[in-house]
Amino acid sequence: MKSMSRVLILILAVSFALMFLANRLNSSQGYTSGNTLTIYNWGDYIDPELLDRFQEETGITVIYQTFDSNEAMLTKIEQGGTTFDVAVPSDYAIEKMREEDLLIPLDHDKIPNMANIDPKFLNLSFDPDNQYSMPYFWGTLGVVYNPNLTDLTFKSWADLWDPSLRNDILLTDGAREVIGTGLASLGYSLNETNEEHLQQALNKLNELSPNVKAIVGDEIKLLLANGEAAAGLVFSGDASEIMSENEELDYVVPEEGSNLYFDNMVVPKTAQNVDGAMQFINFMLDPEVNAQNTEYVGYSTPNDAALGLLPEDISGDERFYPPDSLTEQLEVYENLGKKMLVHYNELFLQFKMNGA
Amino acid sequence: MRKKNGISNLYLVLVFAVLYAPILYLMFYSFNSGGTMHDFEGFTLDYYKEVFADTRLIIIVINTLVIALLSSTIATVIAVFGSLAIQSIRRSRVQNTLLSLNNVLIVSPDVIIGASFLILFTLVGVKLGFASVLISHVAFSIPIAVLMILPRLQEMSPTLIDAARDLGASRRDVLAKVILPFIRPGIFSGFFMALTYSLDDFAVTFFVTGSGYSTLAVEIYSRARQGVSLSINALSTLIFLFTVFLVVAYYISTRRGEKRKNGEPAARMGVPR
Amino acid sequence: MNGKSSGNARSLAYIPYYLWVALFVIAPVVLVVYYSLFDVDGNLTFSNYVDFFTPVYLKMTISSFWYAFLITLFSLLIAYPAAFLLTRTKHKQLWLLLIILPTWINLLLKTYAFIGIFGTYGPINALLGSIGFGEKQLLFTSGSFVFVSIYIFVPFMIMPIYNALEELNVSLTDAARDLGASGWITFRRVVFPLTLSGVKSGCISVFIPALSLFMITRLIAGNKVITLGTAIEQHFLVTQDWGMGSTVAVFLIVAMAVIMFLTGGSGKKGVRR
Repeated sequence: MKSMSRVLILILAVSFALMFLANRLNSSQGYTSGNTLTIYNWGDYIDPELLDRFQEETGITVIYQTFDSNEAMLTKIEQGGTTFDVAVPSDYAIEKMREEDLLIPLDHDKIPNMANIDPKFLNLSFDPDNQYSMPYFWGTLGVVYNPNLTDLTFKSWADLWDPSLRNDILLTDGAREVIGTGLASLGYSLNETNEEHLQQALNKLNELSPNVKAIVGDEIKLLLANGEAAAGLVFSGDASEIMSENEELDYVVPEEGSNLYFDNMVVPKTAQNVDGAMQFINFMLDPEVNAQNTEYVGYSTPNDAALGLLPEDISGDERFYPPDSLTEQLEVYENLGKKMLVHYNELFLQFKMNGA
Repeated sequence: MRKKNGISNLYLVLVFAVLYAPILYLMFYSFNSGGTMHDFEGFTLDYYKEVFADTRLIIIVINTLVIALLSSTIATVIAVFGSLAIQSIRRSRVQNTLLSLNNVLIVSPDVIIGASFLILFTLVGVKLGFASVLISHVAFSIPIAVLMILPRLQEMSPTLIDAARDLGASRRDVLAKVILPFIRPGIFSGFFMALTYSLDDFAVTFFVTGSGYSTLAVEIYSRARQGVSLSINALSTLIFLFTVFLVVAYYISTRRGEKRKNGEPAARMGVPR
Repeated sequence: MNGKSSGNARSLAYIPYYLWVALFVIAPVVLVVYYSLFDVDGNLTFSNYVDFFTPVYLKMTISSFWYAFLITLFSLLIAYPAAFLLTRTKHKQLWLLLIILPTWINLLLKTYAFIGIFGTYGPINALLGSIGFGEKQLLFTSGSFVFVSIYIFVPFMIMPIYNALEELNVSLTDAARDLGASGWITFRRVVFPLTLSGVKSGCISVFIPALSLFMITRLIAGNKVITLGTAIEQHFLVTQDWGMGSTVAVFLIVAMAVIMFLTGGSGKKGVRR
């Protein structure tokens, strides 16, 4: 009995000492001062040096909180109880947030650096006139392949169906992406809602099953870099990660067209430091800042001025900055409504169960 | 007898080897200058330097420890009385109902627990942050602690308590001098299992946290899209080594204490006979 | 509440537990049942329950139960001898702590390590290759899924069994031996029945969470194994169809309650000394 109460006291003492220590560290970082800005972003999706620089320039301390999926982030912001000043959701999530009235319109006068952005990345369907969002990074959906393991070049989606790839491809675990691959290979739109076309896509995908080694999430990068499969369906952001780890691999967007995605900065309704949020968005669009961030993160930047500052081997890489002829083939996901999204997921589930 | 010992030792060594294999794998690659968890290129300590330079990460680690220690302690205390409450019910149908209620959180996937706790907190108006995370961790750790404590309690023969009562012990004394010492191993396993639940939880914490408060699991999962860097491996290595050190140091210190007290530790520690 | 408050101090101490049951179990369950009655468009309907009884979900249910059963069975087969041998070692408490310690390292990191270990170019395949078995696909098979699940759950099985064995009176087994019982008979007639409550609590704390496993179905099994946990995760996070997700959760809770009632009571009969 005595020993148990001793352990209890010890645990409490250690906990309080640790809390005190955390408190000291927090205040030494300025996290407890009044002038703060809370940013809600993907983990490790910004160069931390830039946060320090922003703090030096403006005197605003940045609190950086992270999420791991658009949907989880959406739930958090919808439910409230949080005070995020800037968030970085993807395109379809922005459309949803806009429809559900979760965003504060941006004050374009306070974001003069908007002029640096390539006009082709502005005024897109998910946010007309960029009333609510500013592009942060963008990318495509395509195929990463290992030339040591396959001779195919994936100029066309049809190459994925090649019998030589039996049990040798990995797919990203996303209903829109996988069903979209089926649709694109048949020449249909990625935003297809025609039931007959969707069924055709599912049938086509079922023929792909023997080639599918696994359907995975973020770990697809690790697997492809390890040479675990000959090819994988991935986003270009992941592709750049993979290729920085394993230079032998290559990335291609099949010519039938594919998905174009964006991660944009928005200001949620719950924001407490709206002015600071505008300042931050403008800061991130500064050419020099943006170039530094692009080198750190490795995704494609929509910032024309920043692109000019980047070395040729980044800005001239057609795999990540494709020519306009290809970009025209790319489609942004439209919000098809909850019912259709559920239907896409049902089809995807049937495809998974078929392969299992 | 000798030969049997050899086989049984081999079995235990095998179990330990499997349990520690992935951890050793992680630790090994934390020194890889190649930056990945395959193809070891060369030795480097860069990732360790990165860890110490990252104040935000260090704060997160401290948060994680505080939450784990406090929540498991509180959960274990509540679970002890919860087990007594379950045990005190005579009718087995009522008891089974309570036990089923106890286990609801174990069977519910974390997303559901997280989402419903979030709704609960916003309804009541609890500010999301340290308090909401602590309360949630206490809440989901209670059932596993009960599951570890209850069987000990059920094994206890009622005659023991009756005897103590007959000898004039008060309810309080019975609890402190008879029941608690008897269920002590259960209490400790309950505490350690609660600690495991708390340290590993990602989904629930994610939903109920706010205002910049984060734990290590949340940080690691949200880094998955950009690729978890080896500095996380380095951090885990440090935490792991530190924990091993603590466990061994604690064990040695308690053994010393017991040696002084009763002079014959071997019998208490249960040397094979 | 169920507790019969007889107005003494101990029932007062039960209050936090009952409060927990009310706030963090009953309230969320009510919430989940409420959500399960709405479809995607927010109409009140039973359609989710109708949808649940379609081949897709039934197949998923069967496979969830089958895998949970396999995981529990193998965990028990591995954990029982391990726990038994642990009680016979010197420094047994230290070894027990070292069994739990690996569970404190983040699960996602350990899973990444397993991906490396089981990978085509990983150490296991290198070993298989060197003894002439050749390369085998280990990742994304149901075998590796079961293996990693057992890895996760074994400590939860060892703990309660260890506690039960600890309590076992050594003189009891000695007596059985002296009376001429063979090792096996001593185990079957004396040791095993006396540790049944530990086995039961271990099985519950493995089987129930194993029903709703989700993360490693994707990471290790590459979605070749689909469980109810995966489905709930999908509905809550991807399609935001909380209605269907809640329906699956309601089913899981009901299944758990049924299991509790079926296995309930036997623990009480277990030991009377």
